[in-house]
Amino acid sequence: MNAPMKNDDLLLRVRDLRMGFAAGRGGQVLTAVDGVSFDLRAGETLALLGESGCGKSATALSLLRLLPPAGRVLGGEVDFAGSDLLRLSEAEMRSVRGGGMAMIFQEPATSLNPVLTVGRQIGEVLERHRGLSGTAVAARALELLQAVGLSDAERRLGEYPFQLSGGMKQRVMIAMALAGEPRLLIADEPTTALDVTIQAQILDLLRGLQDERRMGMLLITHDLGVVARMAQRVGVMYAGEIVEEAPREIFFTAPRHPYTHKLFAALPDVAARGRALETIPGQVPPLSAMPAGCRFADRCPHVEVRCRERSPGWTDLGGGHRVRCHRFAEIAPAHRGDPGVAVMPPAMPTPSLLTVDALKVHFPIRRGLLRQTVGHVKAVDGVSLELGRGRTLALVGESGCGKTTAGKAILRLIEPTGGSVHLDGRELTGLPRAALRPLRRQMQMVFQDPFASLNPRLTVGDILAEGMQALAIGDAGPERAAAIARLLGQVGLPVDAAGRYPHEFSGGQRQRIAIARVLAVQPDLIVCDEPTSALDVSVQAQILNLLKSLQESLGLAFLFITHNFAVVDYLAHDVAVMYLGRIVERGRVDEVLRAPRHPYTQALLSAVPSPGLDDRPVIRLAGETPSPAKPPSGCHFHPRCPRASELCRTSYPDERSFSVSHRVNCHHA
Amino acid sequence: MSIQPVLLWSDALIWLLVLGVVAFGWASSRTPPLRAAWRRVGRNRPGMAAATVLLVFVLIGLLDSLHYRPPLANRTPDQPAAYSIEVLSALDALAAPLRTRMEKTYSAPLATRAYAKESIEVRDAGGAVHAVRDFPRLAFGGAHLGEDEAQRDADVLGRVLAAEVVALALILVVSGVGAVLLARRQAIPWPQAVRRLWRGDTDIAWNAVLFSLGALALTAAPLLALCVDYHVFGTDKVGQDVFYQVLKSVRTALVIGLVTTLVTLPIAVALGILAGYWRGWVDDLIQYLYTTLSSIPGVLLIAAAVLMMQVVIDTHPQWFATAAERADLRLLALCLILGMTSWTGLCRLLRGETLKLRELEYIQAAQAFGVADLRILARHILPNLMHLVIIALVMDFSGLVLSEAVLSYVGIGVDPTTISFGTMINNARMELAREPMVWWSLAAAFSFMFALVLAANVLADAVRDAFDPRAAVA
Amino acid sequence: MFAYLVRRLLYAIPILIGVNLITFALFFIVNTPDDMARMQLGVKRVTAEAIEKWKAERGYDKPLFVNAQASGVGVVTETIFFTKSARLFVGDFGRAEDGRDIAREIRTRMGPSLAIALPTFVLGLFVTVCLALMLAFFRATPLDFWGVVLCVAMMSISGLFYIIGGQYLISKLWRLVPISGFSAGLDAWKFLILPVLIGVVSGIGSSTRWYRTIFLEEIGKDYVRTARAKGLSELAVLFRHVLRNALIPILTGVVVVIPLLFMGSLLTESFFGIPGLGSYTIDAIQAQDFAVVRAMVFIGSVLYIVGLILTDLSYSWVDPRIRFES
Repeated sequence: MNAPMKNDDLLLRVRDLRMGFAAGRGGQVLTAVDGVSFDLRAGETLALLGESGCGKSATALSLLRLLPPAGRVLGGEVDFAGSDLLRLSEAEMRSVRGGGMAMIFQEPATSLNPVLTVGRQIGEVLERHRGLSGTAVAARALELLQAVGLSDAERRLGEYPFQLSGGMKQRVMIAMALAGEPRLLIADEPTTALDVTIQAQILDLLRGLQDERRMGMLLITHDLGVVARMAQRVGVMYAGEIVEEAPREIFFTAPRHPYTHKLFAALPDVAARGRALETIPGQVPPLSAMPAGCRFADRCPHVEVRCRERSPGWTDLGGGHRVRCHRFAEIAPAHRGDPGVAVMPPAMPTPSLLTVDALKVHFPIRRGLLRQTVGHVKAVDGVSLELGRGRTLALVGESGCGKTTAGKAILRLIEPTGGSVHLDGRELTGLPRAALRPLRRQMQMVFQDPFASLNPRLTVGDILAEGMQALAIGDAGPERAAAIARLLGQVGLPVDAAGRYPHEFSGGQRQRIAIARVLAVQPDLIVCDEPTSALDVSVQAQILNLLKSLQESLGLAFLFITHNFAVVDYLAHDVAVMYLGRIVERGRVDEVLRAPRHPYTQALLSAVPSPGLDDRPVIRLAGETPSPAKPPSGCHFHPRCPRASELCRTSYPDERSFSVSHRVNCHHA
Repeated sequence: MSIQPVLLWSDALIWLLVLGVVAFGWASSRTPPLRAAWRRVGRNRPGMAAATVLLVFVLIGLLDSLHYRPPLANRTPDQPAAYSIEVLSALDALAAPLRTRMEKTYSAPLATRAYAKESIEVRDAGGAVHAVRDFPRLAFGGAHLGEDEAQRDADVLGRVLAAEVVALALILVVSGVGAVLLARRQAIPWPQAVRRLWRGDTDIAWNAVLFSLGALALTAAPLLALCVDYHVFGTDKVGQDVFYQVLKSVRTALVIGLVTTLVTLPIAVALGILAGYWRGWVDDLIQYLYTTLSSIPGVLLIAAAVLMMQVVIDTHPQWFATAAERADLRLLALCLILGMTSWTGLCRLLRGETLKLRELEYIQAAQAFGVADLRILARHILPNLMHLVIIALVMDFSGLVLSEAVLSYVGIGVDPTTISFGTMINNARMELAREPMVWWSLAAAFSFMFALVLAANVLADAVRDAFDPRAAVA
Repeated sequence: MFAYLVRRLLYAIPILIGVNLITFALFFIVNTPDDMARMQLGVKRVTAEAIEKWKAERGYDKPLFVNAQASGVGVVTETIFFTKSARLFVGDFGRAEDGRDIAREIRTRMGPSLAIALPTFVLGLFVTVCLALMLAFFRATPLDFWGVVLCVAMMSISGLFYIIGGQYLISKLWRLVPISGFSAGLDAWKFLILPVLIGVVSGIGSSTRWYRTIFLEEIGKDYVRTARAKGLSELAVLFRHVLRNALIPILTGVVVVIPLLFMGSLLTESFFGIPGLGSYTIDAIQAQDFAVVRAMVFIGSVLYIVGLILTDLSYSWVDPRIRFES
């Protein structure tokens, strides 16, 4: 806001915005956004970056005055198109919403009305804000759908949201937002619910539309990669305040706030391989107990007395860069190390612990009068893997590729349809349940959602004891209590946690409990199903560090199911990439990630937005993953593949070896 | 003189229920999620006011569930003890004046004379006896006034005022004691404690409790003061005191409302969980069972079952020692039949919830340890369904109380000799056509039933809000 | 969709057989025909001949399942199960205690039942949905609060009170309409208006509250926020977006009872002297006329199953997800 600017360019001017949530009966309001100020010019993208609960979505909703029932705007000014939005009447505000200012939400799946057609939902905006009616509505809606790149737009007009895929729904959301020809677009985590290849498509689309229409865009996100790809300016939010604001280049080269430093340092990637990730100790202070001084003080490594006493003011560093920190000058600007190639530990030939051969999980599709089976959803269709003791194999793929099903089928949590699984040389498939039980001691699973994986009615101690009881490990009584205390220590939780209940813990702590639960039976193999995808970056770093140190000290083998390549790069030794129930490429991590051979792997890797200034070209994949119920003929990937040939359409490629470990299923690799 | 205690089947179930509630309360106090939910109920002001009212109803019902047979009088000590065929309860003993003072027929509330004219023999001044058609004097209603019937209004007013003064004093004393206790517990001066109590600034909404206790005292005190010498709600066709009938109806309503859910709860829970957890043919079978049962319209199934039960009871008179036992068995049978038609809803609900729960990751984590299925059901599924069971229990109560009245009206309810809201209404409605109307039985039954059902509904809302996880998030 | 419908219809068969077996068990196995005869004729001092005569007159003198004395198909058909239970499937309901044909009686009494039940249903649905929409529109205001309080109070009042109170107030005190009775043809309106009104009022409490909950649940969903973000007015959001979605759960509870409207209402018809199926049932219950009760149980289940199928059909009408799925 200090940069020279033409006034007519200024689109949105927010000053000292404060909002809160009513809590309890006493009319008490907990402040969630406390004095946020920023400017936004036409054609510019401002990213509000922050972890969950920092108030970034609440800020966006306050601008449109679309707060949930408990939300209250407490003060401030929001100047947009010459009027203060906070002082408009509700009727005047309605002509701003969807007209001057439109919004895209995070969850395309729930944000569209399920019982109205796409055309109707877009038409509504056209009628309301453009005054169109009759055939003009349909014609304009069609234009909009074409503008957002929805294939077969004419047919889509008459379709319902459930008939569209996630990416298509988000395109419809964007078309709806554009229908009122807004000057400002607020995008609240627009790609968080989408796969990376679709995310790349949607981000491109948003950027193209913005350039075309000179819209201002307020982008709410937690993803540094998205920021790097989209934003011109960045505001970092922490605990309801903006703590640093900078143009993109400065933000990525010389951030000044300790919190921003930490955010970068917590990101896993290959540069961090072999050493522990930086973590931010502690947690975001709760709304009910905000510190009086700097809100980051409790977690800041540079904290001193004055930080706790008074809240730092803004310091302008020039060039549109400003920061709220008492000590920024004394803290050296963080250097983002070049993502150089890390030294890989030599691939040690280790005895194989887990061997999976041609594993299949098919779910029948029943239709018709007698519910006869008319086909199969081939969720996992011939997956072969090998995992040695003490090593990590990452199973990577987009949602719906069957990676979680494969993980559960290996543990026999889902019955496999075919193939074989050997653990330590013993065949698991077809084993009766009783015979399987002793083997369960050797293999365990850590689940994705730490809020669903712990029974809310049991104490942490009971949860940890469950496995030991079921597998008859140790005696009940003092021995087991000691074991529980040791486990809690191992995962970095206080001993008194045993008597408490899961709801008293944060997401990261719960994931620690879940890890302690599997450690209780001293397994050799742990299947980790996206254990950090529900967590914030700083907490993710803690869990990754924990997993890594556990692997070193206990010699655990991890089958790490994930969609996040940064995590793979940091943690894994070997990688297998899955697409539509099959593995298309596997090998050592440096082989697959540095020299990918399969066009799908290449596209996936290039689609991941990197949290830096390097503008790599993105390989754009057309379309979306087809349904595993009806996989395409030949190579499953051919309809989206830039290199597809006639051969790909007719025959599934055999596995080809490029090194001892690197294997690819592609005709053109 | 000793008495012979009698344990009717429904008494046994009621006391079992009390035991169950105590045990459940103890278990809840040790389980933080449940304790937190009950705390939320405790903070809910309408809920606590309703709970207080319900507690009074429950106390009346419990008093009425201690049954005995009084010894027969006029026996010499050497004879073996013999007991009356009549089964009484502790409530009957307390309300003996109400029970025993039978008039001949209808009389209006607080009346001193009967409702219908009769030929009375009057001895005139000359000593001649001749018949006059007049409203006869009641045997007990206002008998203490003697000839001075004109005094009635003043007497009534005096008693009401005195009773209200006593009630007010009582409330003040109770509130004062409460404030002192609060002051001691929180170590604050008592004026501050009074203020906190008044504003409801306490863990449990004591102000609502005190308020509804006060309202109850102000209502009950005049009734009690008057019922000793008058029929406060009048008398019915056979001259029985309506106030007594209303008190007796409370137990019937409670039995119907609580025992019904209780006896069918195990079935609904077991089948619902089994169907949801094992799926496959078990699920198909259980679904078939409850779809079939619920496809028969409730009233008709109840009618058919009750008719058949009547035949069984009537053709086997030798099974029952006393009329009370027979009526009691019929009451229980009605509970069972009502339960048979109402478990399907809960079963369906629990099945759906179990289907969702079994996909949750903590269940899969348990399966990954090879924990036995039954143990998973007991440790992971059942405790996470408890809130639904509790909500169903309290939500069903009011509906069942209301349906008892309707069923008794249709003739498929409780035994005609059992006093219940339904039988009271059923007996009274015949007299609606009379001029002037006999309205008091109906009015008394409807207002007591309304108070009971309203309290139950309000408490049910509070419980649902406190236990429903979705509501807890909001 | 067609295959789905056929499957539902096929599923109805085992359910009806189940209902049939349950009623058969209730009426003939829990008690023997002898017990019923004794009950009907008065428990005491009944001669064996009188019982035999009673049974013979009603066809209860046959064996339950297998008639060893008969020949050919008669082994199966000359039994109580076949004549009394299996024949229900072809609409043969037998005769009532008074000797009248039950099927004919049902046909003539259906009209008056519908005349009350249908307007009550339609009007009730309309009124309660409107009230619930109003409460949802004014949510979190005093109007909403007191509306809910009123609903809870109204649902705590016994249905009997609504009828007795309504009759007393409107017919007896104000003498606006006759207290009870029925006439065929257009004159019927003055007999219908009171029971319909009472039926609607007595349902307001619970239905309004239930629909309000459904509306509020829908209002909390993401797509409603999207609709608001488009700049639509609160009324447009409510009618265009929320109502359509809320219809889905509302239909579950509503459509299933439509066929049961034929059965009439026991209470209303008996209080108002309407010669419909409800009062027929009540009379049969009070006269312990087992044949009629049995017939009504069977018809009730058939209608309920029809209701379930109608519910499925109506889903596919309001919910495109089901319409396009199969």
